[in-house]
Amino acid sequence: MAIQKLLIANRGEIAVRIIRAARELGIATVQVYSKADKEQLAMRLADESIEIGPAQASKSYLNRDAILAAAKATGADAIHPGYGFLAENADFAAAVEAAGLIFVGPTAQSIRLMGDKVAAREAAASAGVPTVPGSQGRLETADAAFDLVKLTGFPVMIKAAAGGGGRGIRIAHTAEEFHHLMPQAQAEALAAFGDGGLYVEKLIEGARHIEVQVLGDGHNVIHCFERECSLQRRRQKVWEEAPSPSLTPAIREKLCASAVALAKAVHYRGAGTLEYLYDDRSHEFHFLEMNTRIQVEHPVTEMITGVDLVREMIRIAGGERLRIRQDQLRINGHSIEVRINAEDPAKSFMPNPGTITALDVPGGNGVRFDSLLYDGYTVPPFYDSLLGKLIVHDEDRASAIRRLSCALGELKIEGLATTKPLHQALARDADVQAARFHTAWLEPWLATNAASLATAEAAPPTPATAKETAPSATGGQ
Amino acid sequence: MAIQQIFSPLPGIFYRKPAPDKPAYKSDGDTITEDDTIGLIEVMKSFNEVKAGLAGKILRFLAENEDAVMAGQPIAEIDV
Repeated sequence: MAIQKLLIANRGEIAVRIIRAARELGIATVQVYSKADKEQLAMRLADESIEIGPAQASKSYLNRDAILAAAKATGADAIHPGYGFLAENADFAAAVEAAGLIFVGPTAQSIRLMGDKVAAREAAASAGVPTVPGSQGRLETADAAFDLVKLTGFPVMIKAAAGGGGRGIRIAHTAEEFHHLMPQAQAEALAAFGDGGLYVEKLIEGARHIEVQVLGDGHNVIHCFERECSLQRRRQKVWEEAPSPSLTPAIREKLCASAVALAKAVHYRGAGTLEYLYDDRSHEFHFLEMNTRIQVEHPVTEMITGVDLVREMIRIAGGERLRIRQDQLRINGHSIEVRINAEDPAKSFMPNPGTITALDVPGGNGVRFDSLLYDGYTVPPFYDSLLGKLIVHDEDRASAIRRLSCALGELKIEGLATTKPLHQALARDADVQAARFHTAWLEPWLATNAASLATAEAAPPTPATAKETAPSATGGQ
Repeated sequence: MAIQQIFSPLPGIFYRKPAPDKPAYKSDGDTITEDDTIGLIEVMKSFNEVKAGLAGKILRFLAENEDAVMAGQPIAEIDV
């Protein structure tokens, strides 16, 4: 059954991306919005829009009943969840299908399986995919956990079975720390996720974050090669590229084949990403987790393969089989994406909502800007700080970095501070140019390079009475 | 008796509690000092403490838990 009318249960740049893909397929679009989001770009592009609640995400974009009611009221026959919000909520996916609608994504069963990080590790191990050395299954007691870490050695990460996306992680370097942190982690996991189940993984220091994009139709699975996202701050990706600059062709082939094996074993449907840690000294890779949704950084894969991932996932949801064979896919050139966030890199990445007073968007061959911006738009304070993604494509990595520098120079966003100066500084950095980095590289770099990140574009003054305490535990991307 | 207001320093979602299952930072009638935290503002998924900035007694909160607030909006009345 082909989709006639698609409701986008999201907002911001990904809503814009999905509307464009749907329109290209001749599908009508419905954009949902909260009271604080009436001016968003997605609503200017969608065929129709419907309000789903107040500004608070918990009462609008996370409100399952409101979204299902909106689909019913507008006659939509499918729902695309985007990323974050309800994208990896198995109960929501099941409720969409129970309402007789199409969920643009995997089955509720796949989401549930991969959402339980312990079950996902077990599924990976049984598909022959190497996992990070650590526990087999849940650790119900601190004693059982300690017996295990005596074998793996320190440092170890204590993770919540129901966590993911960097949430609910503690690192123990010694036995004393481990005994101290384990009960805390258990209590926190129970409070945050309603599930105190934990597992332990050896911390692989100096590893890179490499992830494989897969597309499945429930029967067959292909991979669209890998992305490297080692440049992270507080476990949030900052700069992503494809292909990874650190894999040999032989290792790439093994890595991508392992991702396909796991996705096939669970009869995966839709677009998904398998995240790995890669140690470029031992050339070993270890499965971390699978994200059962489209990801923020999907465009770099689109740029090097020519596959429109969002269009393909909509076609698959509409009942089509995969149209692309693995042997038709080749890596063409190199692509880099940088996240332009409403955060001030010169002020500890202080969030910076406000009104866009001037906007110049870069262009030219191999330059793409996926964003939620237009001149005069007021960025609301209630949601993620991602304003847009600047994506470049060129024949090789060195050319792509030069193209990125030029495009960043053309990009002008006035009225609020953004992470643009961070990316300009990274593009100039010798280690970044040589791809000498790993997941713990960026934070120390930020500590020593803070001075070079002062924004040239004036930010509104931030009151001194507000002190940032901690990042939210609700980040979903 | 002089009444002054505490204003929200940022736009966002105002929380009166440090976590959903914790008691409120402060209640009506509490005596506060300048450095006391009276709530959190969530702006773009980051949580920022709101300091009282005034010493006195809380007469009443003008913003409730999980209310959307604008920068400069009064959130509590204090008898200083």
